[in-house]
Amino acid sequence: MNFRKNLFALVVAALLVSGCSSDDEKDNLTDTAQGADASTMPLNDGSMSGSQFGSETGAGGGYGSGSAANLGPEFSDPNNPLSKQVIYFDLDSAQVKQEYVPVVAAHANYLVGHPAQHVILAGNTDERGSSEYNISLGELRAKSVERMMRAQGVSASQLEVVSYGEEKPVATGHTEAAWRLNRRVEIGYQ
Amino acid sequence: MILATRIILISLMAALFSLAQAAGLTIEITKGSQTAVPIAVAPFAQQGSIGPLKLTDIINSDLGGSGFFKTLPEDDMLVKPSDPAKIDFKDWQVLGQDYLVIGQVVGVGNTFNIQFHLFNVHDGQLLMGYKLTAGANELRRAAHHISDLIYEKLTGRKGSFNTRIAYVTSVAKPSGKQYMLQVADADGYNPRTIAESPEPIMSPAWSPDGGKIAYVSFHTKRSEVFIQTLATGQRESVSASRGINGAPAFSPDGGKLALTLSKDGSPDVYVLNLSGRSLTRLTNSMSIDTEPSWSADGSSIVYTSDQGGKPQLYLIPATGGKSTRLTFQGDYNARGRFSPDGKSLAMVTASNGGYRIAVMDLATRTVNVLTDGPLDDSPSFSPNGSMILFSANSGGRSVLEEVATDGAMQQKLAFESGDVRQPVWGP
Repeated sequence: MNFRKNLFALVVAALLVSGCSSDDEKDNLTDTAQGADASTMPLNDGSMSGSQFGSETGAGGGYGSGSAANLGPEFSDPNNPLSKQVIYFDLDSAQVKQEYVPVVAAHANYLVGHPAQHVILAGNTDERGSSEYNISLGELRAKSVERMMRAQGVSASQLEVVSYGEEKPVATGHTEAAWRLNRRVEIGYQ
Repeated sequence: MILATRIILISLMAALFSLAQAAGLTIEITKGSQTAVPIAVAPFAQQGSIGPLKLTDIINSDLGGSGFFKTLPEDDMLVKPSDPAKIDFKDWQVLGQDYLVIGQVVGVGNTFNIQFHLFNVHDGQLLMGYKLTAGANELRRAAHHISDLIYEKLTGRKGSFNTRIAYVTSVAKPSGKQYMLQVADADGYNPRTIAESPEPIMSPAWSPDGGKIAYVSFHTKRSEVFIQTLATGQRESVSASRGINGAPAFSPDGGKLALTLSKDGSPDVYVLNLSGRSLTRLTNSMSIDTEPSWSADGSSIVYTSDQGGKPQLYLIPATGGKSTRLTFQGDYNARGRFSPDGKSLAMVTASNGGYRIAVMDLATRTVNVLTDGPLDDSPSFSPNGSMILFSANSGGRSVLEEVATDGAMQQKLAFESGDVRQPVWGP
């Protein structure tokens, strides 16, 4: 089963990569020419390559050349809220904290301007408590972000919610310092 | 299999002895029972061919880890008889023993004829005499069987030594994390990987006959529930709907699977009929409803819900209907599991800042916190209801632990490497 599914994933990845490379050529021309202003971006700059998960921990290496360019320079500008792709939560809470409202709003605004862009909202929790309850809690967190984005006009078809609960920690310690980094929703541009 | 050294530490008795055992597993009794019954298992006399393991090591480990017995280290024995006619019970009375087990193993090639006798040390009465035959690769099971016989004779309850457990091991590899769903003997030996993925595997659940395991796999990066037949390795996807597919639990008759789905909004508990694949929605709230577990008679299901603001346990008829809140103590009570006799529930409870394993008596609603935390999870009862298996953090790693349901005794099963989580005790 694993083999078959992995093969499937590889094929999909290969299709995405090949799709991107052809898009890249025309998009890069458009993007650089127009300065990547979200409101003036063409609608067809679709399928991005590379995963942007866990951006606060730095690149895990090798997203492939040119993938960062697909998202435009505003995603790597630390002064731009789009550069933040992880939303953090309080213990046992799915409420988006005030400080992250502008971040979610910026991504929603970008997605409204790029209706072909698809994101996965991946909900996660810290390791405390029971693991299946945490799957549900992670999903509620991701759905909180989804609801805010939908309220701003992002199309349902652009958003997918998945929860990994406590199964995919980015910080491996067993103290609050690690837990606060793990209670998160990652906004993953696809 | 590579032979390594297994160490059993009996901390309260400050005794330490080592046994030759299988690779990389350490069993440590971290809390000994004060009321445990003293029993001496004298090393069995060997004749003919020598087996690959020492039966009495396994019997001692089983009985000592049961929470009911305190075994006598071999070094403390004054004599080591194997013939009933040569026992002087004063040799055992002076050591404060209540019971004595002696035995013999006669090896003929790869076949071993085993016999043992169980005595009451105080009056010299023979309580049990038993003969069995085992092949070289069946000796571990034979030893567990002997432990079961002794345990049942002296406690009146069936033993759970010849049962299996399932759990998820995750190890860090250069390529990333690898998750393995494993099945092992109840004492952690003979581990076998039945599914493996670089994406999380979760929530194994045994079918009542022990032939199948349901679990959650994220290998497509989305959750999906599978049922795998252990004998053939064949697996079948039974739920891959949008959102959560989680927390599978077989009904006691094996015909249904309770599970958590979020396809219709918030996480809710559903019952999937495995023969016709019809799906019944059991809960319908805006809140989290998850972690279903069936009562032994199949009539009701306990689940975790945060409909009151914090996670608490609720009970609902398995055919649907009105739910009743069961837990009121504290802010966090989750993952309820019925005891085999249906009289109590094991759960994860938050108290004093830690997550611990607790048992609630359903008749009196009294909650007894059994463990110290701080990160205990995934309680499940042994088939005879005497022990609870759970996961705990120890030295920065997740390990399996067992605690007696009266809390009197606790032991740790530490594997060589990786994090071992989400254990479930099977038939």
